[in-house]
Amino acid sequence: MATKISVKNLKFFYGEKLALADIDMEIPANMVTALIGPSGCGKSTYLRTFNRMNDLIANTRLDGKVLIDGHDIYSNGVDVVGLRKKVGMVFQKSNPFPKSIFENVAYGPRIHGIKNRHQLQEIVEKSLTKSALWDEVKDRLDENALSLSGGQQQRLCIARTLAIEPEIVLMDEPASALDPISTSKIEELIHELRDNYTIIIVTHNMQQAARVSDFTAFFYEGQLVEFSATEVIFYKPAKKKTEDYVTGRFG
Amino acid sequence: MLNFRGCKEKGVKTVFLITASMSILVVAMIFLFLGKEGLSIFKEVPLSSVWVDKWYPVSFRKPQFGIIPLLAGSLLVTAIAIIFAVPLAVGTAIYIAEIAKPMEREFLKPFIEVLAGIPSVVNGFLGMVILSPLVKKVFSLSTGLNALTGGLMLGIMAVPTIISISEDAIRNVPQSYKQASLALGASFLQTTFKVTVPAALSGIIASVMLGIGRVIGETMTVMMVTGNAAIIPHSAFDSVRTMTATIAAEMGEVPFGSTHYHALFLVGFILLSITFLINYIAQKVLHKYRLGE
Amino acid sequence: MPKKRTNEKIVYWILRGISYFFVLIVAYILFDIFIKGIGVISWDFLTQAPKKGGTAGGILPAIVGTLYLVLMTIIISLPLGMSSAVYLTEYATQGWLTRLIRLAISTLAGVPSIVFGLFGLSLFVIFFGFGASILAGSFTLALLVLPIIIVASEEALRSVPPYMREASLALGATKWQTIYKNVLPYSLGGMMTGSILGIGRAAGETAPILLTAAAFFLPRLPDSIFDQVMALPYHLYILATQHPEVDKVRPLQYGTTLVLMALVIGLNLAAIILRMRIRKKYQW
Repeated sequence: MATKISVKNLKFFYGEKLALADIDMEIPANMVTALIGPSGCGKSTYLRTFNRMNDLIANTRLDGKVLIDGHDIYSNGVDVVGLRKKVGMVFQKSNPFPKSIFENVAYGPRIHGIKNRHQLQEIVEKSLTKSALWDEVKDRLDENALSLSGGQQQRLCIARTLAIEPEIVLMDEPASALDPISTSKIEELIHELRDNYTIIIVTHNMQQAARVSDFTAFFYEGQLVEFSATEVIFYKPAKKKTEDYVTGRFG
Repeated sequence: MLNFRGCKEKGVKTVFLITASMSILVVAMIFLFLGKEGLSIFKEVPLSSVWVDKWYPVSFRKPQFGIIPLLAGSLLVTAIAIIFAVPLAVGTAIYIAEIAKPMEREFLKPFIEVLAGIPSVVNGFLGMVILSPLVKKVFSLSTGLNALTGGLMLGIMAVPTIISISEDAIRNVPQSYKQASLALGASFLQTTFKVTVPAALSGIIASVMLGIGRVIGETMTVMMVTGNAAIIPHSAFDSVRTMTATIAAEMGEVPFGSTHYHALFLVGFILLSITFLINYIAQKVLHKYRLGE
Repeated sequence: MPKKRTNEKIVYWILRGISYFFVLIVAYILFDIFIKGIGVISWDFLTQAPKKGGTAGGILPAIVGTLYLVLMTIIISLPLGMSSAVYLTEYATQGWLTRLIRLAISTLAGVPSIVFGLFGLSLFVIFFGFGASILAGSFTLALLVLPIIIVASEEALRSVPPYMREASLALGATKWQTIYKNVLPYSLGGMMTGSILGIGRAAGETAPILLTAAAFFLPRLPDSIFDQVMALPYHLYILATQHPEVDKVRPLQYGTTLVLMALVIGLNLAAIILRMRIRKKYQW
């Protein structure tokens, strides 16, 4: 099993406050890794270190190393823009641009220099097909994306991310604002995407983590408490704290 | 590729930074130009000669550049304006923020906005044709062009500024304060005057200061309705000439570089310094109170 | 107890009375200007030059002069104000430079209009040698409305939710690509409308152009931006105060006032209508 992301001694600070303490983790390639833990435990902050979205927050600091395919993404001279093309992200709240469905998916390829209309059409169809939205929208690609339902919007955001052909897809509670049917569609989608992408998903919902992930990491107060295969975390956790959390005794 | 993109991003940011910094440059240049032109009057006349009570800039025998009458004129109309405007504007702000129903608020606010948008020359004109005859008649004066008319017109012009900032301040008082007071059995009005208004006081004070800043710098209206006599006024019915009106009325006719020219720039520099101080303090007050929210 | 209620009622009515007092004033002003001005408005009044030293004829050169000044003011101030706002909302970090820029903008907003006039005179008219001209007047007015444009544009930029920027950056867009493709298109309309409101003010300003652009009496249209021009507000001032027969030209004064008010209010209305249409288009 190949390692895609390797985290070494990672510390993260908001101002003086330590938000992540000494995280070490090897995230396997082409698997789904879930990050769970109570609110404020640092799991979202951790997720955003992989595409350096935390850079946007003023007054933050990071120590340690994050290696993707063996390259430290925090070393000097790293092309952050190129990194974000390789590491796509789906946000908690679906956030399509107020443009047409087509333009939403084509946005990424366009900024990366693809101008040919035919080529763009191909990418849009392929991405929407992968995100299981193509059949629902193929006749109305020119409609405003905001006219889609919440679940469709989120799948559109996934298509938009896939259109830049990332190797890693980060998902920050992608289904937390959706109804059960849309949620199960997103979960099916995650299953199908696993063969081609390394997926890291933050979730509040433990059943969801159990259903979709191969590996699970449990965070508590900025610490990585336990990281194992998902069955181990849910059925035979090594730590008492993990057991208390997955059995619903706190959180 | 990476380097090119990085350079481009840096370049774009630099362009925006330069345009944003233009404001600093402009403010610095305003102070520099007015200061330089104004203070160079002291190469020609001693400092003491501007602190006298006579402004006779064009006299063959002995021109005098005493700024005291102009300062007095500006202060008098400003004082009248503020005494007139503050109770009315704060009262309206309280009404709009606390009493008026949403529909009524939507009805009232456009009128206040229109009032704010009337050009000062139009206000001056209306002051001449409507208010000044009225003032003349009511107080049986020989002319209605005096400090009182000027002050009242300026007061009306300060009203929108005071209303909009005071209203903001009043609306930003936390509901919990008001509810606590109401729960103790205080009536709505008691709550408004004993809890809400005191809590919003710094915002209201800032609004009044910004109103003063606006009034003291107002030019066309005062030039048209105060009668423009450069003497120290003894009552509100005297004709006065403000600093602003003096510059506007005389600048067109002075020879470039003359003592009179420098004197007018000095008046401008003093005016600039006064408004800067008032606005600076008002902004500090507003900032502090916004942080305190 | 009943007495207290009566007192409360009285205070209510006083506050209500004060508020409607201003409604009455504004309504009276608008009514007065309209009734007394409308009789003067005719095709000739709007399309002819003043005659006999302003006692007869129309106000065309003043209308055209004001339009030129407004147009040039827009050309100068809009790019400068909008890009300042882009810097402040998208790039600026907290620090002394940002604080200094903000202080400068709020200072600029409080500078009296006649001081702008003096500054315009010494910098644009004399130092740069533009002379009293459309160019010098427009530069002066542009500085006057700059803070209004910056504040309005900032507000429009901030109304684009932060997640729009995040989503774009997460797709590997650079900061400038994000701003250019995913922030500006949605905020441009808001920036324009806010700015028009500011520029409406420039149309009515007299003091800044008094010393930098306005001509007393110039019954022809300008040929270039280096020409002096007549302007509506200044023309009104002249008619109302400097004319030998002030009462005789009163109708002309009202006519000029009406045209000026129509221009200012028209600009404001245009901005408000535009804003409503844009709000419908983008609802976050």
